[in-house]
Amino acid sequence: MKSKTIKVDYLARVEGEGSLYVKIKDKSVVDVKFKIFEPPRFFEAFLRGRNFSEAPDITARICGICPIAYQMSAVHAMEDAFDVTVDGQLRALRRLIYCGEWIESHALHVYMLHAPDFLGYADAIRMAKDHPAIVQRGLQLKKTGNDIVALLGGREIHPINVRVGGFYKVPAKRDLAPLAERLKWARDAALETVRWTATLNFPDFEQDYEFVALHHPDEYPFNEGRLVSNKGLDISVRDYDDSFTEEHVQHSNALHSVIKGRGAFFVGPLARYNLNFNRLSLLAQEAARSAGLSPVCYNPFQSIIVRSVEILYACNEALRIIDQYEKPDSPSVQVQPRTGTGYGCTEAPRGILYHRYSMDDTGVILDAQIVPPTSQNQKTIENDLWQFIPKHLDLPQEMLTLQCEQAIRNYDPCISCATHFLKLRVDRE
Amino acid sequence: MSKRMVTKRSAQNKHGILIVGIGNEYRSDDAIGLHVAQSLKKQAHGYVNVIEKSGDGTAFMECWENAHTVILIDAVYSGTKPGTIHRIDAHAEPIPTNFFHYSTHAFGVAEAIELARSLNQLPGHLIVYGIEGKCFQAGVGLSLEVERAAQEVLTRILHDIHSAARPQPS
Repeated sequence: MKSKTIKVDYLARVEGEGSLYVKIKDKSVVDVKFKIFEPPRFFEAFLRGRNFSEAPDITARICGICPIAYQMSAVHAMEDAFDVTVDGQLRALRRLIYCGEWIESHALHVYMLHAPDFLGYADAIRMAKDHPAIVQRGLQLKKTGNDIVALLGGREIHPINVRVGGFYKVPAKRDLAPLAERLKWARDAALETVRWTATLNFPDFEQDYEFVALHHPDEYPFNEGRLVSNKGLDISVRDYDDSFTEEHVQHSNALHSVIKGRGAFFVGPLARYNLNFNRLSLLAQEAARSAGLSPVCYNPFQSIIVRSVEILYACNEALRIIDQYEKPDSPSVQVQPRTGTGYGCTEAPRGILYHRYSMDDTGVILDAQIVPPTSQNQKTIENDLWQFIPKHLDLPQEMLTLQCEQAIRNYDPCISCATHFLKLRVDRE
Repeated sequence: MSKRMVTKRSAQNKHGILIVGIGNEYRSDDAIGLHVAQSLKKQAHGYVNVIEKSGDGTAFMECWENAHTVILIDAVYSGTKPGTIHRIDAHAEPIPTNFFHYSTHAFGVAEAIELARSLNQLPGHLIVYGIEGKCFQAGVGLSLEVERAAQEVLTRILHDIHSAARPQPS
């Protein structure tokens, strides 16, 4: 009986820290454990007893990369509980700030974290020596996203201008003009990004996934819609807990999400794209087709192209919003707390982010639940490795390890959100 | 003071010297960079720009674009005694990536400096102060060892600022 061990103590180019253990025996994978062992941070526990208005700023602290997603899911859940509707230009500004977060998060992942895998570099630093112009383009794209978040959110990291009912302060139309100039450059750069990522080599790997994303009748989803899947799921966000559940597994401090009765599912750019292709702007649809993507893509390695298509869409959408913007009379609508439970689910860069809060009649939070996208993808990441490794067992150890890491990075896992820390270890027996 | 010296000094004004305190105020000793930056804001001269950042590496590269001299302050964890002060001249040696192990960012301080080096975008002078942390758990407040080191780092940075601002012999 022959066994083998591949061990990587620290998997780089993911947000946060965790580990992965793989055991191979007689050319078969016998164990895969995606371990997340940082202690939970108990955000849900210390939200209890706080005022509803504090939830956007407290939950934004969960992640330095996607704070807008946390703020958006929090405000939508609160507004659902208090029967408040935010529409018109305030709703548009929410989409605009979300565009900024998608652009900065996706640009970071495409250029700095994922591209080195495809081009055979250990990291973006070494890649920059051979491809300085490409890396510069990535940095400038990311900066454009940062600029949107900083302008609307008050600052780039942990923005402070979002509130239940709208914003604390809204920009004048002229404040957005410089952003539009940068976005026109970014739109061209994003188009180049789609073309460039399409030239990369992709392992032949497709699985029968259940993709889950928001779906809206009129728009590519950021903040609102029904939760749908390619296998028949079609529910209101309010019914999330009826269809999904979280399971504790011994090797991870982050809970594994599953669809009740069916198991693992897939959230994030690839899921959004597959379920909403015809809601993309025509420019983004054409770019995707020219890049060789069909409207449905089952290869997670090609998520780097899909992320690039979403950067292009976000630039386009941001320009559309800025063009049609008129400063609203008030930066927020009136919110009157009342006893109840509210549900919010928005599309974070990495996939759906679900929040549920119960409040008393004064707006004090009695109970909170937060399900980040990486928790939802954990089981699918493990499943991918179960399927991917047996097909590539003939690869040299180092190459197989790198491809396992690349397969994990397909999901842009944010372990800081789910909890923390990623190390990779593969045992061959 | 000669006219030439005045011109040289005004060229450094506003963005000439940039101090960047890095950290997370809710992660115990990880906040040391922010603490030092806050103290410097009270003591440094007007021509020194002091800012605070969370640790996203690409953001540093943007902020130092117009600076001639940059001083970064961050917590590190390299296995030495808590409170140990590491002073690294980025032009003289590479930044050890394992120093900033406790950053949750996939692209952090060390990566940003090395990427800037690859792209020939390092500022003229770049000094990194890494202070060995003891506790990085969720919570507010520095450990005693790190608090003591903060005072020493402050003194050394004020000296660096003085040296950097001093007009060079023509």
